[in-house]
Amino acid sequence: MDLFEYQARDLFEKHGVPVLAAAIAHTADEAEAAATKIGGKVVVKAQVKVGGRGKAGGVKLAENSADAREKASAILGMDIKGHVVRTVMIAAAAPIESEYYLAILLDRSNRTFLVMASVSGGMDIEEVARTAPEKLAKIPVSAIEGIKPSKAQEIVSAAKFPGDVADQVVQVLLKLWEVFQSEDATLVEVNPLVKTKDGKVIALDGKVTLDENAGFRHPDHEALIDHAATNALEAAAKEKDLNYVKLEGEVGIIGNGAGLVMSTLDVVAYAGEKHGGVRPANFLDIGGGASAEVMANGLSIILGDKDVKSVFVNVFGGITACDAVANGIVQALELLGDKATKPIVVRLDGNNVLEGRAILNKAAHPLIEQAETMDGAANRAAELAAK
Amino acid sequence: MSIFLNQTSTVIVQGMTGSEGTKHTRRMLASGTKVVGGVTPGKGGQVIDIDGHQLPVFNSVAEAIAATKASVSVVFVPPKFAKAAVIDAIDAAMPLVVVITEGIPVHDSASFYAHALAKGTTRIIGPNCPGIISPGKSNVGIIPADITGAGPIGLVSKSGTLTYQMMFELRDIGFSTAVGIGGDPVIGTTHIDCLRAFQDDPDTKAIVMIGEIGGDAEERAAAFISEYVTKPVVGYVAGFTAPEGKTMGHAGAIVSGSSGTAQGKKDALEAAGVQVGKTPSETARLMRAILER
Repeated sequence: MDLFEYQARDLFEKHGVPVLAAAIAHTADEAEAAATKIGGKVVVKAQVKVGGRGKAGGVKLAENSADAREKASAILGMDIKGHVVRTVMIAAAAPIESEYYLAILLDRSNRTFLVMASVSGGMDIEEVARTAPEKLAKIPVSAIEGIKPSKAQEIVSAAKFPGDVADQVVQVLLKLWEVFQSEDATLVEVNPLVKTKDGKVIALDGKVTLDENAGFRHPDHEALIDHAATNALEAAAKEKDLNYVKLEGEVGIIGNGAGLVMSTLDVVAYAGEKHGGVRPANFLDIGGGASAEVMANGLSIILGDKDVKSVFVNVFGGITACDAVANGIVQALELLGDKATKPIVVRLDGNNVLEGRAILNKAAHPLIEQAETMDGAANRAAELAAK
Repeated sequence: MSIFLNQTSTVIVQGMTGSEGTKHTRRMLASGTKVVGGVTPGKGGQVIDIDGHQLPVFNSVAEAIAATKASVSVVFVPPKFAKAAVIDAIDAAMPLVVVITEGIPVHDSASFYAHALAKGTTRIIGPNCPGIISPGKSNVGIIPADITGAGPIGLVSKSGTLTYQMMFELRDIGFSTAVGIGGDPVIGTTHIDCLRAFQDDPDTKAIVMIGEIGGDAEERAAAFISEYVTKPVVGYVAGFTAPEGKTMGHAGAIVSGSSGTAQGKKDALEAAGVQVGKTPSETARLMRAILER
């Protein structure tokens, strides 16, 4: 789960990473009040989970609280790369002398953690990484050892932080490791980490990604979920514990196993090329235990999507038994009654496939068609959606 | 021959007394796997009857090895306790640990992987994987044993159901070993580890490699194939139409140097001489054509 900047800032503060005074606002009034409370010059920052917001005009310096109000009303509602700004953060302004970069992240390729550090921080860090990689120190961090003072010292030396900030950066690294480890983060990034004109090192902007698998030891992370950004169908699916993602197309997809469902999307998209360019309407993985209830929940979400013109149920029974899936489909259609109006192409294979096919044949539901192969089913579902 | 697992492999089940553990112990026994016991801390000393097999339960993997000489452990322990279970197996120097559990926090898997690496005596497969099967010899995990039998194809896949689908497509030919390595960010055994083992296995004539979006494992595998693998390899990559993940910050892009797209992976594999199918069925046809040549 990716966090907003203000949420990252709050986590930093909780763990003792130096940050500036700040508050969030959803309206111009709130922005003005927050700026008054902070006092002096403030920065008004759009809270969106996408890069390049500064270049898009989502970050503005305000001279005083009246100015903050004006800047906030300009930024609220702004569309930044498809993300509508609903929240701004009002933060104290700091006179900046230098901008640095620090990140701790999971390095998938090397199956360990990694610190990246640079004294050339700021908006163009990716450019720095590309054109002057020697300016970006990359230091592996053991998942067992973590970042201890000696490791932090090694990182600070490798990235050539100046002597007058070295001790402060070491402290920041130790605190960031605490954030990374104790919050179960997969990314903690500070860009920029700044030195102010009076010599203080402060995390000015932060990005944090939390591991949702670790939710069981972080009940407080639940409150960080951004419900406003969730699509209504996705929210309904989440309530039923379904792994669903809304897409742009017309063919509703239900399958078991993330890999097979991803593959199903691809196969439908290829088949759609011959049928007016129809595309998959969603990703929905019903997982291992495809009970009648899970199938009914899945079908009702998909049939509730007004963009869906046909449905493709693609199940390979490994542990899942095809007869259970077939019963699920039949019961789901009974439960849905008149609400089910779209054709459903079903491809079953694997565990108990003959029993499963027999159940669907016997039900002889007018909306259900069976197909022998995955490619054949995809073609038929695309054809039906194109009608 | 086969890789990592053969007819002499003896298996203990960590979490055997839980519902998933019991269910899959039964299935593994039914497919001929030599399951010799289980581990559940606090329940040591019990003997569980599973379909007429009297299976002793131990408190730790070390005890289980001492009593049974088991060479493989399979982990069905819930995410909360999985790290402790895997580290228990590593500390006991269990040669092969297959972690089926889904939903393990990545800090936990990074930690047990680092432990295994430091100790140097354990191969981990998974987590979040369907396991490994050498048809007719042994089956550790949840891969259905009745899809296909022994044959000349080696299969390595991130995805469980695509493993089954591919075994099904090529069921008349059969497999030396099929390994589901799991799709988690940190996994114990990679495509490369399996490719190397298949290349070195005299009974494997050709290899199917299934990948999916995310990370750069397939790109690395492609580079490895160019330098090491002389047996024919066909590939499949899932996720061409998957929505682009919302990546935050710059760190992800900087570290991998690629966005992990399906197209990028396909291009890398093709550049290494791997034929890549557009669908699982087409991939199976490519393999069939190679073996019939």
